[in-house]
Amino acid sequence: MSDLLAARLQMAMSLGFHIIFASVGIAMPLLMVISEGLWLRTGDETYLKLARRWAKGTAILFAVGAVSGTVLSFELGLLWPRFMGWAGGLIGMPFSLEGFAFFTEAIFLGVYLYGWDRVGRIAHWVAGWLVAISGTLSGIFVVMANAWMNQPAGFDLVDGQPENIDPMAAMFNDAAFHQTLHMTIAAFLATSFAVAAIHTALLRRHPGSAFHRKAIGIALTVGVITAVIQPISGDISARFVAENQPAKLAALEAHWETAEGAALTIGGIPDADSRTTRFGIQIPRALSLLAHHDPNAEVTGLDQIPEGEWPPVAIVHIAFQIMVGIGFLLMGVGIWGALLYWRRRAVPEHPWFQWALMLCGPLGFVAVEAGWTVTEVGRQPWIIFQVMRTEEALTQVPNLIVPLISFTVLYILLSIATAWLLYRQVVIEPREEETGGEFLPRRRHATA
Amino acid sequence: MPPLDLTAAAVMLAALVGYAVLGGADFGAGVWDLLARGPRAARQREVIEQAIAPIWEANHVWLILVVVVLFTAFPPAFGAIMTALHIPVTIMLVGIVLRGASFVFRAYDSREDHVQQRWGRVFAISSTITPIMLGTIIAGISSGDIELEDGYVMSGWFNSWLGVFPLAVGGFTLVLFAYVAAIFLTVETFDEPDLQEDFRRRGLLAAIALGAFALLVALLAGDHAPQIREELFRSWWSWPLQIATGVAAIGALAGLYLRHFFLARTLAVAQVALILVGWGASMSPYLVVDDVRYDDAAAPDITLKLMLGALAVGSLILFPSLYYLYRIFKGRQAFALIDLPGIDDAGPGGADEPPTRT
Ligand code: HDD
Ligand code: HEM
Ligand code: HEM
Repeated sequence: MSDLLAARLQMAMSLGFHIIFASVGIAMPLLMVISEGLWLRTGDETYLKLARRWAKGTAILFAVGAVSGTVLSFELGLLWPRFMGWAGGLIGMPFSLEGFAFFTEAIFLGVYLYGWDRVGRIAHWVAGWLVAISGTLSGIFVVMANAWMNQPAGFDLVDGQPENIDPMAAMFNDAAFHQTLHMTIAAFLATSFAVAAIHTALLRRHPGSAFHRKAIGIALTVGVITAVIQPISGDISARFVAENQPAKLAALEAHWETAEGAALTIGGIPDADSRTTRFGIQIPRALSLLAHHDPNAEVTGLDQIPEGEWPPVAIVHIAFQIMVGIGFLLMGVGIWGALLYWRRRAVPEHPWFQWALMLCGPLGFVAVEAGWTVTEVGRQPWIIFQVMRTEEALTQVPNLIVPLISFTVLYILLSIATAWLLYRQVVIEPREEETGGEFLPRRRHATA
Repeated sequence: MPPLDLTAAAVMLAALVGYAVLGGADFGAGVWDLLARGPRAARQREVIEQAIAPIWEANHVWLILVVVVLFTAFPPAFGAIMTALHIPVTIMLVGIVLRGASFVFRAYDSREDHVQQRWGRVFAISSTITPIMLGTIIAGISSGDIELEDGYVMSGWFNSWLGVFPLAVGGFTLVLFAYVAAIFLTVETFDEPDLQEDFRRRGLLAAIALGAFALLVALLAGDHAPQIREELFRSWWSWPLQIATGVAAIGALAGLYLRHFFLARTLAVAQVALILVGWGASMSPYLVVDDVRYDDAAAPDITLKLMLGALAVGSLILFPSLYYLYRIFKGRQAFALIDLPGIDDAGPGGADEPPTRT
């Protein structure tokens, strides 16, 4: 395996791992403060228990998110020192702000997780809000940095070097808005569907449990709202990409020939050699309509892009189909749930709906991974779009397969341990009565 | 107004001090978990766990801040260090991942002994490896063994960090963290005199080891880190600084010995800070000795200005928040500088100490 491939795989693997924990770290605090807020308002202890139980799971996931994020900060230099040497001064701004968001997040998470008995109720709730806000902000900041890689701004290119740099313009690049919007919604969407699915499974085991019903109620509310707006936000993304990153759009749509009134290809397996897509379904004019909101608009195809600048078409196209498919599926299930709720004014317990929800549990995260594959692989061969190629950014360190394997093994073990612990928390030891969402080992005596 | 690049370097050093004192103590506590012995071994581990659980993630962010300032303010230096020291940085990261993960896994896994021991072992070993690697990295950039040409590393992947001197610095870092942690733990355990004595004894032993390592590092520095050694002998600031470091070190040790634990803690923190400041000052003007100067590597002024501005505004939020965090979990004594009568009447959190779960 070439060092370049090893480095790309290591980056993809580390990011793909981190994003799951980061998404949970963005969304869980919101679910917890909603539940805790309902407890404060209604005095119903079940909501308090729920917030505390969620806090337990979040503590585990959060720690894994923090350490895997640390790895990423270093990896930017370990794998792509030339990229960071070139761009650090430009995109350092969102990263610096992110550093502060992490501080606030970690500080108030400590207060939230371990401070149930140590601070007042309102102070505790406010701490939860601060975690939720700073978690969301840290996600937004880092995605702004990523958006800059897709849509570089804030400098003049002089002899291959950035001059007259403007870090604020770099931070607020044109891609920042749609990417941060879409990613933030994605975090809430994926997490809330997963939470709703888990509690649905548990509700089926413990029918009639008010605890799980309330959990589903909160998670599904967030899930339905985000599921409905995510495709709209995705459309904003797609139109931006169509205007500004034609190679990526052509790849994600497997659009080979530039055409007016272009057809949309759904599904199928693109083959770059023959420039065709097998088994796809064609919908006339739909691509022009979606990409430019005009059924007759011209859509640039891969034929306009030098082959040396094509991203891997098949990967990007298939990943995009997966994301969009899941997006519409979740939207459908979300609307179904909303209708069921409307009819009965109660958390839907229709068995078919429950099954659908449980099957959708992991799909939000699958869509997150697929979406990032579209964005990142679709940017190839560029690490900074049309400015620096990925291979130019690579470290000179040899044998990158060694860290690749090390981190892969490490992350597989971590995933297994995390999954087991969550399973243990949720399924084996679901002692609802005995809450104690805070784990702060008390001063027990050795004999206890 | 000092030059922007120097200010940025100073901020980075300050963040490193923050990490060494706060994050370092968390790692040092892991070392004492590894070495927990005697009739109160289980209690020692419990106290360690309780002491670091609510704060380690916040303490850890200091390291992120160091890295972020490094790559924002001195991008080529970041590239050079991460390339030349790829291997120790990677090992350190594996240590950081395993330490953090095993710490929470232990807290949330079954309370059965063998399960706890398994995670505890991982936690303790990774807490030991990480500081050693941090030390070798610091030695690597100080020694002048890294050679760059046009941004390419010419000096190989091992010899700048895998040698007697870097490993001595690694050992020094480890022992320093353990020493500070022991002192912090004496303050944590003032309501359990037996335990407090345990940690006091450990602190005193660590002090002896620290002295030995300090001597070793000093002796080796002549050959292996001439820049540091020369600056330390030549500069006007060097002697007052070294004397202050020595006074802090002796004072901390005396405080520990005489059971003035708060004073010992204050002086130990000062000692760590002064050691790092002395090191940082003698690195100047280099970020990587002989090859990367901070003024050459600095990002354009506009970047530095914005970053420093953001850091300044951010600290207005950060410091009160940190104060709040420590105040809640460490009680009134969190910020006590010296031993005053009555300071240790109440446990951490003072009167709001929650009921004991027995
Ligand atoms: C729950 C997850 C999820 C769901 C259901 C969707 N997406 Fe998405 N999508 C993401 C999660 C995501 C993501 C992982 O968050 C990405 C990667 C980078 C980004 O900003 O968001 C993304 C990127 C992304 C991009 C590339 C943006 C770029 O490279 O700048 C496009 C064009 C779309 N999405 C379009 C859609 C459409 C039309 C959807 C319709 C249903 C959709 N997404 C559903
Ligand atoms: C190159 C990419 C990335 C880097 C360098 C990075 C860096 C980090 C670091 C250093 C931490 C640990 C902070 C701590 O100690 O508390 C972290 C955690 C976190 N990251 Fe990332 N990150 C990256 C990608 C992302 C993305 C794409 C998102 C979300 C959209 C994200 C969201 C978060 C969040 C919310 C946390 C808080 C911890 C948690 O929730 O688990 N990060 N990240
Ligand atoms: C957390 C969500 C993210 C995921 C899942 C993700 C996914 C990926 C993938 C799959 C690749 C490999 C592309 C290829 O080589 O074919 C990649 C590359 C990369 N990503 Fe991301 N990415 C994420 C966010 C970010 C962010 C926030 C940044 C930076 C601020 C970033 C920086 C990079 C860099 C530097 C590379 C390597 C160079 C390249 O291949 O272009 N990524 N990422």
